[in-house]
Amino acid sequence: MAPQQSASLLTSCCGAKPSSSRRTNNRIVTAQSRHQAQERAIESALLLAAVFSVAITVGIVGVLIYESLKFFGRVSLIDFLTDRQWTPLFADAHYGILPLVAGTLVTTTVALEVALPLGTITAIYLSEYAPYRLRETVKPFLELLTAVPTVVLGYFALLSVTPLLQRLWPTLPGFNMLSAGLVIGVMIIPYISSVSEDAMRAVPMDLREGSYAMGATRLQTALRVVVPSALSGIAAAYVLGVSRAIGETMVVAIAAGMQPTLTLNPMEPAATITAYIVQVSLGDLPYGSIGYQTIFAAGLVLLLMTLVFNIAGHVLRKQFPQR
Amino acid sequence: MIPTHESATKAEVKGLNFYYGKVQALTDVNLTIAEGQVTALIGPSGCGKTTCLRCFNRMHDLYQGTRYEGEIILYPDKINVIDHSVDPIEVRMRVSMVFQKPNPFPKSIFENVAYGLRIRGVDRRSELHEKVELALRDAALWDEVKDRLRDPAYVLSGGQQQRLCIARALAPDPELLLFDEPTSALDPTATARIEELVSQLKEKVTIVIVTHNMQQAARVSDFTAFMYLGRLVEFDKTDRMFTNPSNKLTEDYITGRFS
Amino acid sequence: MSPSMKRSITRRKIADTAFAAVGLSATLVGVVTLLALILGLILDGLPRLTWQFFTSYPSRFPEQAGILPAWVGTCLVMLVTAFAAVPLGVAAAIYLEEYAPRNWVTDLIEINVANLAGVPSIVYGLMALGLFVYQFRLGASILTAGLTLALLILPMIILTTREAIRSVPTSIREAAYALGATKWQTVKDHVLPYSSGGTLTGLILAFSRAVGETAPLMTIGALSFIAFLPHPPWQPEFPYLSFRWLMDSFTVMPIQMFNWVSRPQEAFHLNAAATGLTLIGMTLLMNGLAIFLRARYRKRIRW
Repeated sequence: MAPQQSASLLTSCCGAKPSSSRRTNNRIVTAQSRHQAQERAIESALLLAAVFSVAITVGIVGVLIYESLKFFGRVSLIDFLTDRQWTPLFADAHYGILPLVAGTLVTTTVALEVALPLGTITAIYLSEYAPYRLRETVKPFLELLTAVPTVVLGYFALLSVTPLLQRLWPTLPGFNMLSAGLVIGVMIIPYISSVSEDAMRAVPMDLREGSYAMGATRLQTALRVVVPSALSGIAAAYVLGVSRAIGETMVVAIAAGMQPTLTLNPMEPAATITAYIVQVSLGDLPYGSIGYQTIFAAGLVLLLMTLVFNIAGHVLRKQFPQR
Repeated sequence: MIPTHESATKAEVKGLNFYYGKVQALTDVNLTIAEGQVTALIGPSGCGKTTCLRCFNRMHDLYQGTRYEGEIILYPDKINVIDHSVDPIEVRMRVSMVFQKPNPFPKSIFENVAYGLRIRGVDRRSELHEKVELALRDAALWDEVKDRLRDPAYVLSGGQQQRLCIARALAPDPELLLFDEPTSALDPTATARIEELVSQLKEKVTIVIVTHNMQQAARVSDFTAFMYLGRLVEFDKTDRMFTNPSNKLTEDYITGRFS
Repeated sequence: MSPSMKRSITRRKIADTAFAAVGLSATLVGVVTLLALILGLILDGLPRLTWQFFTSYPSRFPEQAGILPAWVGTCLVMLVTAFAAVPLGVAAAIYLEEYAPRNWVTDLIEINVANLAGVPSIVYGLMALGLFVYQFRLGASILTAGLTLALLILPMIILTTREAIRSVPTSIREAAYALGATKWQTVKDHVLPYSSGGTLTGLILAFSRAVGETAPLMTIGALSFIAFLPHPPWQPEFPYLSFRWLMDSFTVMPIQMFNWVSRPQEAFHLNAAATGLTLIGMTLLMNGLAIFLRARYRKRIRW
């Protein structure tokens, strides 16, 4: 319809002014617009950045597998898994991963014996008991604990915790897994308590009200109503704590010594997988030597261990609604 | 169902179907939007009136799984705005929207109104000031904010914020202005002011308004479309529909037998 | 009320109060440990925090040793980390929040990022050793270190930036689109500016973590006893920017601390304490800054 026609029709109807006089030159242009090419370019660039994260994983897995394959070309898998000695740098070289795994497991166990009870109790206390102001004062401190560089925690374990423990057990060696484990345990408390607390706070208030209305105390409500409802979240917290403990390096490298020994006694020094990698890095190993390749084989074992726990934690965490 | 009338057509909806994934939300909607008039879409919750409104400016394109069928022809160039070869950006350059809950940007009052102009390439300060003032006057807000254009938008009251959003939508000189229940979040005084504004604005721009308040539709609109369960039940001049509806369903809704 | 019921109530109340005490103590364990740690550092390290300490090189004599190359190294490495991690992380977050369709590719990327966040930091060091140091021939340089840390904190940055972007309400986006803005215009003019506070907070926390990282940098071969500084990033002639420092050897503060704590002489332990105090000071400062910014930004932007 031509503009002039519509104008006259309008005036004949409602006395409305024709609006075409104020039209600027907007015209619909079908699909080929100047901005479309630019928009697509920007989207591609952003996509590249997002995909890059996948490249990182590929890089990590690739490097570890590549070097480990070279390692396993020279050392049999059976020996690796069953030999009870790890002495790759000695003349009589043994390549059994058990001592390192034992070291990792013992320190982690000590850490968990501290962190799981304390973390859970802290979570219950903060979620069900603590007044608002106390919670708001304490939480920043706990957050800060996670921000302390682990090398500082290692210093603390070696120079403060070990001497303290030696007053109780004078035969305790200067390097031992106990101090390292205790400090790692305290370091993990905030991880466990904050994820558990989130899970507990996500439990709806009316469930608690039902329990209180029957005359239950806070403790009973917490233990019989809140914790069971938040169980998957708490389990996720535990699992994430385990994963963090397994991957810890500096505290053990400084305080537990770097002597790979196959022992389950936390009062002895030992090396974890992570501490071994550090020890080798401190030295000078030519690229391509078997000594160099051992750290990748050890690293692969470490990655697999943490991967299992990370996936488990992720699956568990998805089962409770976020606050 | 399309009544003969004397004013020109601004838009024509032909055989509009709309799907959210597999669910069909609109079925065979046909209506004519008259230029320079206010057309209201009314109906009970879930009848599809907002869904229909958001087809006019391709808002559904922002979400995955939506599909349009049919035509919404925009005059005078007679382009089907829901055809997917048509760029939604260009559609929105011609069709503006005011939302249910006032949503000014967390910027200054001036910058809120100016944003639509800036993305259209207007950057000369004198031109910006001129157009911003014009838009704020058209939205009946100028006198209240002229001394504090640099203040953040959130210091305004709810009703003022909504008028700011109207000014923002008017600044780029749209051909069609869509209102999605613009007063449902406002108090009665603010509501009355906005209704008055809508009646005045139709001289400058064609208006389509969705409202769940029938009395508002009766007060403000020239044409009304009554929708139910995704279909257009009746479309007529407002005074005819409210005094003598042709469809029983329409009559039931208007007399309050269901809402 | 029967006497046995009264007894039961009393018993349960006692248990309740007892638990409150236990709970409080458990909660305070972490706090007390932290305070003991900081106190210990202050007692041993504060006397060593002198101007001389910050401007000297490491030495065989603990009283003369200083952390000059260490904190310079930290700064230079963080510079590389920032340049690499910030654009990549923010861009990836924008894509995942604003552009990514819900399909398996997006799910893969998201699972991947979540996974990377849980990989031990030393594994990043191993990857960097094999890839950057040897495969790409970048050697044990500042560039390698910066890239390694950048990859380490990338998942953190992506996660926190996504959260910040998500806090911008949909209604604001719809308002922008309804005015005819393109997707990029909406992101550039609205989403990014309004989420910048949260993004910045996340970035600062990520950098604070990177500053304290030791294991990955040791793995790529950072030295712990260097008697020289890397080249400066500037030069007197045009173009005034120099990049020679990227390939220089280096050390960083946490490694220096590790080196000193591993020595048997107690005097070196005091140096380690001083370094630790500096590190914690930096961490506190950055975390405090992040909290302050978060509060200020929350006041400015109101929906």
